[in-house]
Amino acid sequence: MSESTGGIEMEEDMSGTVKKFAFINRKAPYGTIYALESLEVVLISAAFDQDVSLVFADDGVYQLKKGQATKAVGMKNFSPTYRALEGYDIEKLYVEKESMEARGLTTDDLIVDVEVLDAAAMAALLEEQDVVLSF
Amino acid sequence: MLHIVNKSPLDRTALDSALRMAKPGSTILLIEDGVYGVTKGNKIEGAIKEAMKTVSISALWPDLEARGMQDTVIDGIKQVDYNGFVDLVAESKSVMSWL
Repeated sequence: MSESTGGIEMEEDMSGTVKKFAFINRKAPYGTIYALESLEVVLISAAFDQDVSLVFADDGVYQLKKGQATKAVGMKNFSPTYRALEGYDIEKLYVEKESMEARGLTTDDLIVDVEVLDAAAMAALLEEQDVVLSF
Repeated sequence: MLHIVNKSPLDRTALDSALRMAKPGSTILLIEDGVYGVTKGNKIEGAIKEAMKTVSISALWPDLEARGMQDTVIDGIKQVDYNGFVDLVAESKSVMSWL
């Protein structure tokens, strides 16, 4: 195998491998950089045609709150990006029920359609992933 | 005394501790992720309402608005802007940040 074709062959091998990736979002937006960084990595992952799920638990549920307006704090409002994920074939968004309820929120308060899972269902979802990335 | 809390009450215990250790008559100002503490339906809502009987609780509205929580603030919570924040600091004999 010549060096020049080696890379191409590897690419072909990789293209058949689809793994289940879950991105776990557990932090509120703006107070720390985690939420925005997670979104950046999620968008990158979309380029690799993987089986991507996004999980929102604990304060991560706040990332999806409707009505974010960041002009007065001088930060970028990245919440509209969650609505664009569908265009990148990222359609599996899960919210943990217990976390949502502890914050007085319902799915009506969220900027995107999500599937609400209780803790037990979330545990099962996490169990079936190949890769879990926490933010 | 002015107590400043900038962490979400559901992530960290800073607000719990501030509520417990703030003397009656003092002021607690919530900023950054701390503002989630004064939103309706939140797990800590009861504790906030109880504390409001003895201490003054304020929240920085630019942080509420950034997080989309501007319409869910518990009744009776004072909302201040950055100038109001400065006034609170200037009026207070001392300031404690619950980092």
